[in-house]
Amino acid sequence: MAEKEVKLMKGNEVIAHAAIRYGCDGYFGYPITPQSEVMETLMELKPWETTGMVVLQAESEVSSINMLYGGAATGKRVMTSSSSPGISLMSEGLSYLAGAELPCLIINCQRGGPGLGTIQPSQGDYFQATKGGGHGDYHLIVLAPNSVQEMHDHVAEAFDLAFKYRNPAMILADGAIGQMMEKVVLAPQRPRKTDEETRAEARAWAAYGKPADRERNIVTSLELQSEKMEIINQRLQEKYRTMEEMEVRYEAIECDDAEYVIVAFGSSARICSATVEMARAEGLRVGLLRPITLYPFPKKQIAELAARGVKGFLSAELNAGQMVEDVRLAVNGKAPVEHYGRQGGMLFNPDEVLAALKEKLIKK
Amino acid sequence: MAEVEIKAENRVYAKPRLMLDNTMHYCPGCSHGTVHKLIAEVIDELGLADRTIGISPVGCSVFAYNYIDIDWMEAAHGRALAVATAAKRLNPDRMVFTYQGDGDLSAIGTAESIHAAARGENVVAIYINNAIYGMTGGQMAPTTLLGMKTATTPYGRDPRLNGYPYKIAEMMAHLDGATYITRQSVHKPANVRKCKAAIKKAFQHAMDGQGFSLVEVVSTCNSGWKLSPVAANEWLEQHMLPYYPLGDIKDVKLDPTR
Amino acid sequence: MAKIKGTIVVDSERCKGCGVCVASCPCDVLALSSEVNGKGYPVVRMARPDACTGCASCGVICPDSCITVYRQKFE
Repeated sequence: MAEKEVKLMKGNEVIAHAAIRYGCDGYFGYPITPQSEVMETLMELKPWETTGMVVLQAESEVSSINMLYGGAATGKRVMTSSSSPGISLMSEGLSYLAGAELPCLIINCQRGGPGLGTIQPSQGDYFQATKGGGHGDYHLIVLAPNSVQEMHDHVAEAFDLAFKYRNPAMILADGAIGQMMEKVVLAPQRPRKTDEETRAEARAWAAYGKPADRERNIVTSLELQSEKMEIINQRLQEKYRTMEEMEVRYEAIECDDAEYVIVAFGSSARICSATVEMARAEGLRVGLLRPITLYPFPKKQIAELAARGVKGFLSAELNAGQMVEDVRLAVNGKAPVEHYGRQGGMLFNPDEVLAALKEKLIKK
Repeated sequence: MAEVEIKAENRVYAKPRLMLDNTMHYCPGCSHGTVHKLIAEVIDELGLADRTIGISPVGCSVFAYNYIDIDWMEAAHGRALAVATAAKRLNPDRMVFTYQGDGDLSAIGTAESIHAAARGENVVAIYINNAIYGMTGGQMAPTTLLGMKTATTPYGRDPRLNGYPYKIAEMMAHLDGATYITRQSVHKPANVRKCKAAIKKAFQHAMDGQGFSLVEVVSTCNSGWKLSPVAANEWLEQHMLPYYPLGDIKDVKLDPTR
Repeated sequence: MAKIKGTIVVDSERCKGCGVCVASCPCDVLALSSEVNGKGYPVVRMARPDACTGCASCGVICPDSCITVYRQKFE
C-alpha cells in the first residue's frame, strides 16, 4: 500500500486539493475573504493540465452559481466556494439548482454579517444554509466540518450525497476552519470521469446533447400547471424525508451519562470539546453533541437524549441563536434549551461556554 | 395545365425535421416561431442534433424547449450565458447556444452577457430584440424606443424619466472575445434567409473555437405593440430598423497565436 | 415553353391566421379564409392558385411551420 500523504495545510487550500483528487470537473468562483485561497490554490495547481478539471474566475457570485447550474445540468461534478455575502448573491441560483434537482457543491466559509459585516469567522448563516436562503420549499444538504481534515473529507462526502440525491450540497465552514493550518491526510488521486462515463451515468436527466436513442432531456425548475408543480414539490419533500432518515451524521462526545449536553457545530464544536473536558474535570457530567450534517439535522438523536433525562441543552453558536431553534424543536419541551453565542466575528473560549452553561442551566 | 403533384420530390419547403409537433404557445405572427425554425434547420444542416445544448431564458421563449428536439436547460432570468459558459467549457465538443430576449440578455443579464462575450466563450447567443417585455404584459425594455408606449411608459418612453435605449450588440463589438456580432430580422422572407445564414455562420464559428457570437434578431411583439402581425412587421421596418440597423457589426478571426 | 408551378399544403390546425404569409407572397396568391379552424383562427388558403410559383416565401416566414410548399416544372 502506498504511504499516506500527510501535509500541513490551510482549510481553504485543502478544499482545492480534495476537489482535484476527488475528480471534480469544474470550479467556478469569485474572490471573497476569507476563502480566496480556494481558487488561488486551484489556479496554482493547474488541474486542467493534469486531471482536466476546469477552473474559472467568474465576474460575480451570481455568475459562478449559474455556471454551476450549466455544468451540473450536463452531469458534471462542479463546485464553487464563497463567503457569506457571496452566498447571499447565490441564493437565487441555489433555489434553481434545488428546483431543477442538480447535484453540485457549494462551500460557504462564513464571516460575520449582516451586510458587509466583518471578515472574521461567524456562524450567522445557519438559517440561510439550512432553511433555504433562496425562495421556495427546498433544502440543501449541509455539512459542517470542524477541522482541516473534515474540510478535506467533506468534499468527497458532499459530492457523493449531492449525486445520490441529485441535490446541491453545501459545506458550511467558517473563517476559522478556512484559515487554520492543520495536519491533513490527503486522499489518493481518483481518475476524473470521462465524458462517456458522465453521460452514461446522467443519461436519464442531463442535457449534454441528445443521442438518437433517447428522448430529449430538459433541465428546468418550471412547471406552470399548479397540479403538476405540487406533485414536483411533494416528490422533493419525499426526497428530503429520505435524507432525514438516511443521512444524518453527528458526533457524540461524552453523551452517554451526560446530565447536560452542549450542541455545537464546526469551529464552535471544536471549542466546546474543550469545555466538556473542563466540565468533566470539575465532576460535571457534560457532553457534546456535534451535528455534522446541519441538514438533515440530528433531531432524533437530540430527542433521544432529552427522553433519556438530560437536564438541559446549551446550543453554543457564533451567532445570536439560530441552531437553538432546531434543538428546541427536537427537545420539544422535555428540558430547558438555552443559547450562548458571540457575534460579529468574535469567538468564545471554552471557559466562557462553561460559565454560560452553569449560569443558564446548572445553577437553576 | 396539370396540377402540381403533392409528392416528396416536388417538396421545396416543409416544417424542419427537428421542430416538434407541439403547437406553439406564441401569439399569432410572433417572430419567435420563425427564429426557432431557423435554429432547428441550422442544427440539422450542420449535423449537430446529437451534440447541441440549448439554453432557454425567462420570458415568452422560456418554453423554447418544447419546440426543438434537442437537449435543453432552462436558465434563471438573465443568467443564460453564465450557464452556457460552464456547459461549453466542460463539454467543449458540444454546440452550446442561448436563446434570450432583450429583457433577459440586455437588462437583468447584462453582466453575465457582457462577460461571457469578453471572455470569448465559444457559444452563440440568439438575442430577440422586440423592444418590449412580452411575457409580463408589455412593459418597457432597455431597448424600447424613445416615445414608444408600453405598460410602464404609458405616455411614451421619455429619456428624462426612463433613460435612453441602448444597443448591446454594438457594445459587445468592442470586446476582443466577441468575434461575430450581427443584427438580423425575420420580418420578410429575404430577411429570414439572411438571418438563417447568420445563425449558421455563428454556429460554425462556435464549433471552430472562434469565440463569442451574438445574433441579434430585431423582432416584433405584435401583442405588446398592440398591432396586427402584418402591421407590426411594417412598424418594425419603419421604426425599429432606423435605430437598430441590420447587418454584420463585427466579423473577425481570433488571433491563432493567442 | 416550360412553366414552373407551385402549390402549398396548410396544416390547418396549426395555422393561427396571422396573415404574415399573405403579406409576404410576391405573387398575391394567398388570402385568409372566411372559415376558421378548431381554435377559431381563420386559416390561410390559396385564393389565386394559378399564380403560385412555389417560391416558398410563405413557408419560410410562417412562424408556426404550418405551410409545406411543392414546386413542379411543366414542359
